[in-house]
Amino acid sequence: MPDVTLTINGQAVTAAPGTLIIEAARRHGIEIPAFCYYEGYSLQAACRMCLVEIEKNPKLQPGCTMPVAEGMVVLTESPKVVETRKAMLEFLLSNHPLDCPVCDKGGECELQDMSFRYGAGESRFTELKVHGEEQQWSPVVYYDPARCILCYRCVRVCDEGLGVTALGTQNRGVISEIIPNAGDHLVCDECGMCIDICPVGALTSGTYRYKSRPWEMNHVGTICAHCSDGCKTTLAVRDGEILRGNNRDRSGINGEFLCIKGRYAFDFVRHPERLQSPLLRVNGELQPVSWSEALSAAAAKFNEVKARGGRFGVIGATRTTNEENYFLQKFARQGLGTANIDHRRSGDVVTLLDALSGRANALATVEDLYTAKAALVIGSDLAQQHPLFAFQLRANWRHHQLTAYVVTPGPVREDLYAARAIRSEAGKELEAAASLRDDLAKSQDLVILFGDAIKGDAVRRLVEFGDSLGIPVKYLCLVDYANSRGAMDMGLLPDLGPGYQPTQTRGLNWREMLADPALDVLWVVGEDPLEETALASANAFVVVQDLFLTETAKRADVVFPSASAYEKTGTVTNSAGQVQRLKQAAKVMGVKPDLDIMGLLAKEMGLNLGIWIPDKVFEEIRRTVRGYNVALPVIATGGAAQTGAADGRIPVTVPPELIRSAGDTLFTSGTLGRYSGMLRSVMEAPGTLYKP
Amino acid sequence: MLFNEPHPLEVKVLTRRFEYPNAEPIGIDRFLATRGYEGFRKALGMTPEQIIDEVKKSNLRGRGGAGFPTGMKWSFVPRQSPKPKYIVVNADESEPGTCKDRIILENDPHRLIEGVLIAARAINASRGWIYIRGEYRYLIAVVDKAIEEAYQHGFLGENIQGSGWTFHLSTHSGAGAYECGEESALLNSLEGLRGNPRLKPPFPATSGAFQCPTVLNNVETYSAVPDIILNGGEWYSNLGTPKNGGTRLFCLSGHVNRPGVYELPMGFNLLRLINEVGGGVRGGRKLKAVIPGGSSCPVLKAEECDLPMDHESLAKIGSMLGSGGVVVMDETTDMVKAMFRIMKFYAHESCGWCIPCREGTAWLKKLLGRLDEGLGVSTDIDLANELARNMLGKTFCALGDAAAMPTISFVEKFRGEFEAKLKSAQAQAPVPGAQPLAVL
Amino acid sequence: MTFSPELEARFARMLRNYPPGRQKGALIPMLLYAQDETGAVTPELVQEVANRLSVKPVEVEEVIGFYSMLRRKPMGKYHVQVCTNISCLLTGGEELFEHACRKLGIGNREVTPDGQFSLEEVECMGACSWAPAVEVNYDFHHKMTPEKFDQLIDSLAKRQ
Ligand SMILES: Cc1cc2nc3c(=O)[nH]c(=O)nc-3n(C[C@H](O)[C@H](O)[C@H](O)COP(=O)(O)O)c2cc1C
Ligand code: SF4
Ligand code: FES
Repeated sequence: MPDVTLTINGQAVTAAPGTLIIEAARRHGIEIPAFCYYEGYSLQAACRMCLVEIEKNPKLQPGCTMPVAEGMVVLTESPKVVETRKAMLEFLLSNHPLDCPVCDKGGECELQDMSFRYGAGESRFTELKVHGEEQQWSPVVYYDPARCILCYRCVRVCDEGLGVTALGTQNRGVISEIIPNAGDHLVCDECGMCIDICPVGALTSGTYRYKSRPWEMNHVGTICAHCSDGCKTTLAVRDGEILRGNNRDRSGINGEFLCIKGRYAFDFVRHPERLQSPLLRVNGELQPVSWSEALSAAAAKFNEVKARGGRFGVIGATRTTNEENYFLQKFARQGLGTANIDHRRSGDVVTLLDALSGRANALATVEDLYTAKAALVIGSDLAQQHPLFAFQLRANWRHHQLTAYVVTPGPVREDLYAARAIRSEAGKELEAAASLRDDLAKSQDLVILFGDAIKGDAVRRLVEFGDSLGIPVKYLCLVDYANSRGAMDMGLLPDLGPGYQPTQTRGLNWREMLADPALDVLWVVGEDPLEETALASANAFVVVQDLFLTETAKRADVVFPSASAYEKTGTVTNSAGQVQRLKQAAKVMGVKPDLDIMGLLAKEMGLNLGIWIPDKVFEEIRRTVRGYNVALPVIATGGAAQTGAADGRIPVTVPPELIRSAGDTLFTSGTLGRYSGMLRSVMEAPGTLYKP
Repeated sequence: MLFNEPHPLEVKVLTRRFEYPNAEPIGIDRFLATRGYEGFRKALGMTPEQIIDEVKKSNLRGRGGAGFPTGMKWSFVPRQSPKPKYIVVNADESEPGTCKDRIILENDPHRLIEGVLIAARAINASRGWIYIRGEYRYLIAVVDKAIEEAYQHGFLGENIQGSGWTFHLSTHSGAGAYECGEESALLNSLEGLRGNPRLKPPFPATSGAFQCPTVLNNVETYSAVPDIILNGGEWYSNLGTPKNGGTRLFCLSGHVNRPGVYELPMGFNLLRLINEVGGGVRGGRKLKAVIPGGSSCPVLKAEECDLPMDHESLAKIGSMLGSGGVVVMDETTDMVKAMFRIMKFYAHESCGWCIPCREGTAWLKKLLGRLDEGLGVSTDIDLANELARNMLGKTFCALGDAAAMPTISFVEKFRGEFEAKLKSAQAQAPVPGAQPLAVL
Repeated sequence: MTFSPELEARFARMLRNYPPGRQKGALIPMLLYAQDETGAVTPELVQEVANRLSVKPVEVEEVIGFYSMLRRKPMGKYHVQVCTNISCLLTGGEELFEHACRKLGIGNREVTPDGQFSLEEVECMGACSWAPAVEVNYDFHHKMTPEKFDQLIDSLAKRQ
């Protein structure tokens, strides 16, 4: 259908048929105020703030529900409209506490802003206000009924957006209020979306409330340190300390979404057990030493072992940046002359890239999850493990009627709307998926998401299956942590260099390193392999870079305290292969980013591995790593750039036992999760854990 | 049971089977013996178009309040829709001053069922619900029994009267919410939800009960249909005025000598209704005011009451025919108290969905309550009027209007009484000083 | 929870009255009918109804406070409802309500200590032409006067 033309405030405007007046206006720079309207959620027309004048219509009409029509003449700032807005605000404020100076929302309250723009300066309401007591619904969610304006944004985001439906409405009329699903508390994802979306100070965050005024903080848009979905989180920082995370500007790949981890689990940054000084083993005990002492001890050992042709083992991490990982493999291969480099993998991206080599458009982005016609989820409980992807698929279903198929061992939240949900035991997923062939083939296109259930040869068979459907299929291999994907891309692999270039020699994988009784040096950057496996070599000299004294760090001879993702810059790559930029938010005394530590170590060793500034290293990555020649402005402005697919075969076979997801949930996140007091408090609060 | 004697001026269509005091509901035998289900039998032989045409010709307009032409409403149901089609009966009757659906349900439940069947035929519906307010529990039993009888006699269920057509009907109880009389709120309630109104469009005709095409009418509206089909639309139309076909039940209440529910032709003169049918104002007092169609209709001053009771005539003087609840107030009536009581009702019944109604009714209730108690201040009267005007036409559904309209009319037409209360109050109590902006 | 056989039979009938998969439609009548047996919508009843209709308990909670006849605390064996809305107001409903308070010795929405009577000032209940009206449980009493009211209460008290 052709666009319709209408005029809004005298300005000619075109919009697709069916566009709501409020949206058509917004796209042309005309703001129609609204409380209950929220793009992407069901229409309410409850707050009546958006009432506008439409020619030939005796009554004012809500711009939030009225679609545009050809020749329509709309006035959004006429005297009648402005008077009405003022009246609606007067009504709204009548029972609203006027204690903005002590309200947690002060300074970023939509009601305050709207009153400032349209409201009366004085109140004609002299009656007693309706008052309800503030309630705590979970360690992180508080509700104050007196401040609630009943816009139902929270109810909708929880029900429609998350599929949790933890909020409802109670009573009627002026004493209506929002209620949690478990009587006096919430049993939910604790994602805090309801807090974010609340236009006023009715829902507040247990971790942030009354800590600061919004204008006292810097707001740093960076990437969440936890899972591999790559959500943007805006960290509000005062004096180097992160006070909250949220997503109100909706500018990241995650739109309005953030889960509990992205929103609250930044508190590991200031955990009391955070390492803030290098440690050196002296007389069998780890003792704090200066940076130069620690660096020279490690460098001396590295040089000595290198000189005598000893055996190194280097293990990198899935949370360190691309720059750090790239630098680490370069350090290992060029600086130490070893091929023994690896990390702990959680998804078989390597085989997938190989199976898809030479194809364009075969890797799904987060955006694709929202636009695909059909999706097949294999083996993963998305809502628990990849909350953003689950959110995207759900939004796709709500907005574009996505047809979803699920093959999982147990029930998952996607079952609620899936066209078909099949239970399958481990190892039988492909057969189960094959039983969906006829359904899948009917769709126009398809995205297949799979985790560690499909690995090795199964990945190739999955791609063959996808090919046999005769429709465009995109794939997304689910991995665990913020930069799991990047660690592989950067060549933290014993047989593949950056961009999956085969190396001449195949080194030891991380299990083999730990099992090697003759290992001389084990260098672990940001990982904790010893939590799982013992180190066979009793004499190995162990160097560890980490935030905490992990099991591996406890065994170390030198420990360097490193900066977390929230304390440094650099880039990370999410499950979908999208590169995004970290920005430094917090400051922690005594620590250094891993890249700095490596650079200083190289310098101390007398190596020339090039400059170790993140931007410069990324330049090198763009030049040398296949697929990473992304447009700089995109990521520099906070966007996500998808890396290209492999363009040639990757001649390796991946041992399936090396692929294993940690199986983290919404409330766990490996080491970081263990050091987040907030995550623990939610998990330990009685009766709050949510099962779909 | 009938609670008042009939009046000779009545024109009995809907009430033609009633015999005062009619202690038992009219059972199916007596119903059949008095041409019961004959209209339906006739409709079985008609096409949907013919049925709808006949109803259109009758100029029957909705008796629930808005007066929408019934035949036209039925014609909006998309015939070709593959979805099942439903009939819903609005027996939520809760507009203050209204008690007419009750006597139909109580005395001649088969009449309603027959009307429903004809409507169902006209849109080829497969199921219907009679939404009865919870307070009418004893009537649910009455209607359930009639439904049972209709099933037994093959008027409901499968292959009705050998036509091959299947239609099921059941009662559904409300549980105390005036807003559930609003059609879309009623549909939410029928689906087990809070009785908040729904966005319109879509209208019930295309997406009603359980998101299927639905015809929703008032009890009295359906109940008029059997005789329309039986005797023809024209016959029915001629009973009333040109644009207001037929008769309707007027619920006369308040300060009259013979309050009661009376069936009179549309366009019957209001003063005659009060004086002749109702036996005049109680105690020989003077008439002060009349609410012509339930408490949401703007009040009429005594001198405005010499008019025919039809939609147009009442609209012309700024009021409404509404639901047929005629509330008569004599010269002793405290208009401030009356208004306060009416607002107390709307504040109690506001669903809370939209801001102007939720906050406006609550505010007005407090303000009018203060005025009534003699605690008003001089600005209160204008404020009441202004708040009501700020609600009018701006709320999500018509409940907000229903609260605003009487307020405006009471304040404007009886301003003197409001001022008098103020004066007596000021004599008693000092005017409160300026209020602080923040009430913590 | 178990209900009387009659109520169970009614529930079974009721569930058939809604389109397939939409049995939530029975929610409000079910709560009201169940309340008549249990006296109030208790947490157990919420859970029970949620289970029977396959809805979340919060969906049940949502409607309880919306519908004024549903209540979380039991009322008296005889729940006396006095209308004071406009038609009743004009014919003495308010005085009748005050009289009822004195007669029963309780205020609005209160229960007598012996649990026999409770009192509620209610909105229009469809008896305007025969005002003032009182409803005791589900029985209407029209054209009430203080004297008729006393007789009614006395006879109910005797019935016990
Ligand atoms: C607040 C409100 C309450 C209403 N209450 C009732 C009611 O109790 N009974 C009724 O039949 N219609 C009531 N209506 C009107 C209905 O919305 C609807 O117009 C009517 O049932 C349609 O039937 P009709 O065309 O036969 O009148 C109410 C409307 C509003 C806005
Ligand atoms: S006018 Fe608004 S608050 Fe009032 S009943 Fe309608 S939607 Fe609810
Ligand atoms: S935004 Fe339109 S009514 Fe709230």
